[in-house]
Amino acid sequence: MSILQTTDVIKDFQGHRALNRVSIDVPEGSIFGLLGPNGAGKTTLIRIINQITAPDSGSVIFNGRPMKREDVHQIGYLPEERGLYKKMKLGEQATYLAQLKGMHTQEATRLLKEWFDKFDLLPWWNKKVEELSKGMAQKVQFITTILHRPKLLIFDEPFSGFDPINVNLLKKEILKLREEGSTIIFSTHNMASVEELCDYISLINRSETILDGEINQVRNAYKANIFRVEFEGDRNALTSALDGRYQLLDTPVNGNGAGNAGAVRKNNQVRIRIPESAGPNDLLKALMPVTEVHGFQEEIPSMNDIFIQVVENASKIAQ
Amino acid sequence: MNKTPLIIKREYLTRVRKKSFIVMSLLGPLLFAAFMVVPALLATLQDTDMKKVAVIDGSNVFTSYATGQPAFVVPDREYLEFVILEDTGVETLRENFESTGYYALLYIPENIFASEAAVLYSDKTIDLDTKTYIENSMETEMEDLKLASHDIENLDEILAEIQTNLNMRSIKWTKTGEAQESSTGLVMAVGYASGFLIYFFIFLFGAQVMRGVMEEKTNRIVEVIVSSVKPFQLMMGKIIGVGLTGLTQFIIWVVFTFILVTAAQSLIFPDLAGKMAQNPSATTELFAEGAPGATAAAGQQAQLSEGEEIMMKVMNSMESLQPLKILAWFVFFFLFGYLLYASMFAIVGAAVDNETDTQQFMLPITLPLVLAIFVMINAINSPDSAVAFWFSLIPFTAPVVMMVRLAFDVPTWELILSAVLLILTWLGMVWVAGKIYRTGILMYGKKVNYKELWKWLRYNN
Repeated sequence: MSILQTTDVIKDFQGHRALNRVSIDVPEGSIFGLLGPNGAGKTTLIRIINQITAPDSGSVIFNGRPMKREDVHQIGYLPEERGLYKKMKLGEQATYLAQLKGMHTQEATRLLKEWFDKFDLLPWWNKKVEELSKGMAQKVQFITTILHRPKLLIFDEPFSGFDPINVNLLKKEILKLREEGSTIIFSTHNMASVEELCDYISLINRSETILDGEINQVRNAYKANIFRVEFEGDRNALTSALDGRYQLLDTPVNGNGAGNAGAVRKNNQVRIRIPESAGPNDLLKALMPVTEVHGFQEEIPSMNDIFIQVVENASKIAQ
Repeated sequence: MNKTPLIIKREYLTRVRKKSFIVMSLLGPLLFAAFMVVPALLATLQDTDMKKVAVIDGSNVFTSYATGQPAFVVPDREYLEFVILEDTGVETLRENFESTGYYALLYIPENIFASEAAVLYSDKTIDLDTKTYIENSMETEMEDLKLASHDIENLDEILAEIQTNLNMRSIKWTKTGEAQESSTGLVMAVGYASGFLIYFFIFLFGAQVMRGVMEEKTNRIVEVIVSSVKPFQLMMGKIIGVGLTGLTQFIIWVVFTFILVTAAQSLIFPDLAGKMAQNPSATTELFAEGAPGATAAAGQQAQLSEGEEIMMKVMNSMESLQPLKILAWFVFFFLFGYLLYASMFAIVGAAVDNETDTQQFMLPITLPLVLAIFVMINAINSPDSAVAFWFSLIPFTAPVVMMVRLAFDVPTWELILSAVLLILTWLGMVWVAGKIYRTGILMYGKKVNYKELWKWLRYNN
């Protein structure tokens, strides 16, 4: 079941269409990656979901009903451009933000103290925000986003500005939130974390959705019939066995180490593309007489590659 | 749940707790009290040094020998004494003037009646008070002498008989038939003070709204907040919260100033306080009576000193000012004037990223306000002029200009029309501000001009 569905959402700004018939479908209990280059329209879509702006046309269904103003209480939003009142005391400010989400003062204070304790922020409760480090302020923002146990969480570049230790802490909390039943929309340019966390993705480019679906399906769909082969034996014999029918993609590097990222790292490893007419077994059959195959694995493209490929293709078409 | 009260509360509390607010709250009354008390204090603190003025009377007209000793005809005053010097020349005295201890030397030439000129010499600057006293006294003396030279019979009686002191009162006929005594001076003062106060308040606290909006924008907290509340609620919460802060400051000022002035008075002028205490009936009676207590005042007048008489007159005019009516309208114009301009200040705050960029948008705010002050100064002299009339209806200048006219009494229909126009304009402005605000607060790093604002206004949010 979906917790959030947008259908054909259109949003125009004077002389510029920010969103053109954008539809996304966020299944309940999932982590949904909202991807796209800068200026694609992600923030506009997120603001529409948060009821900050209204779409010109199209519908937003939340929890099975057209979304209403009160539904924002069930959303926690951590914007990319985020800040706090510098002159306000930390505890007071966090309580204020919780109250704005409809929480009662006492409950908010109790929960905040628990979270502050967990994130080692409790000694700073009565300090002003301007005395905090950026990382600490970011932690406070994260806490205030999730404190009211929203059904839907929207994180826009949540990891920017965090050190690796805190990134891990945050990832752990995000996964825990999903386990506890929250749905998470996750907007980022960090494709590694998309692969790591997301169940579904939707890629927006130039105001339109150009790719969406379950992440493994998407990645499988972009498989290019490339196989990694680890072998022992004469490399030239292997090359000749390919017979021009199979395409050898990278020249292996002799010796350990250097090589292009994603290319051959190990000695005696090659990437081979199989043509449509053949299957992996045909390749194996061709290789086996000349070399000893130690490893044979299909290469699944990274989200990074897919992102670049899809966006660049879309740009070419547009031109 | 309505969250505007939460926002108002935050805006109010963070501002009221600021050091600058507390400092202003204390400093303001001290300044006001100083303005009121210091001139009075200075008046009582005239130099208590005895001033001796030497007189060389070349004409011999101003010297009397009634006591045997030569004496100047102008009587001595407290701290001022005259000594007639005979057989001394101006130049002799000049040589060692400092050692003589005289404050000044008055030289009266022989032909004073012809020349009508005398000279005051001194090694110091002679204070105006002393000079005026000598000048006036000598003038009177000379007039008397000239009159006497005409040899008129019963001169003293005639003089006593022609002595006239006209008491001019201005009384205004009102529609209800009662006659009201008015004092133009006080009316002007009240009008001026309230007009300036509104002007000052709008600028001071309107700018706070602007800075508050800008702070939220540059701190990047605004997107978090508007994901919980409507931008309009945030804007209104800020405007109301800052307004309440201003109102609080104003009340603190009024109360503290009153306390300080009263305390200062009883410390510096214990006499006056005593007299006022002895005479409470006069004041209470005056306030109890609806109409100006002309008869009551007359009854009391016998026991009152001149100063207290003036107090009575002031209170009479106070009565004619209808203080409650003026206060009520003051609060109204104070509030809605602020609300109207605060909405405009909110637009500016939402449109820019930093304080320096605000300049280009300030003109539409400052221009009408400054204009209002000019019209107000003009309206004090002619409160019923066409200029005063129109500018007291135009909502952008009405809060300042109408306050002055109000002191002089304005037809009710004009007041109501002005009030309605102000409220309607405010509602319109809030609508405009809301639309521009919600777009502006989420727009970073963009150079904004009026054309851009017009676009934002037409965005369909």
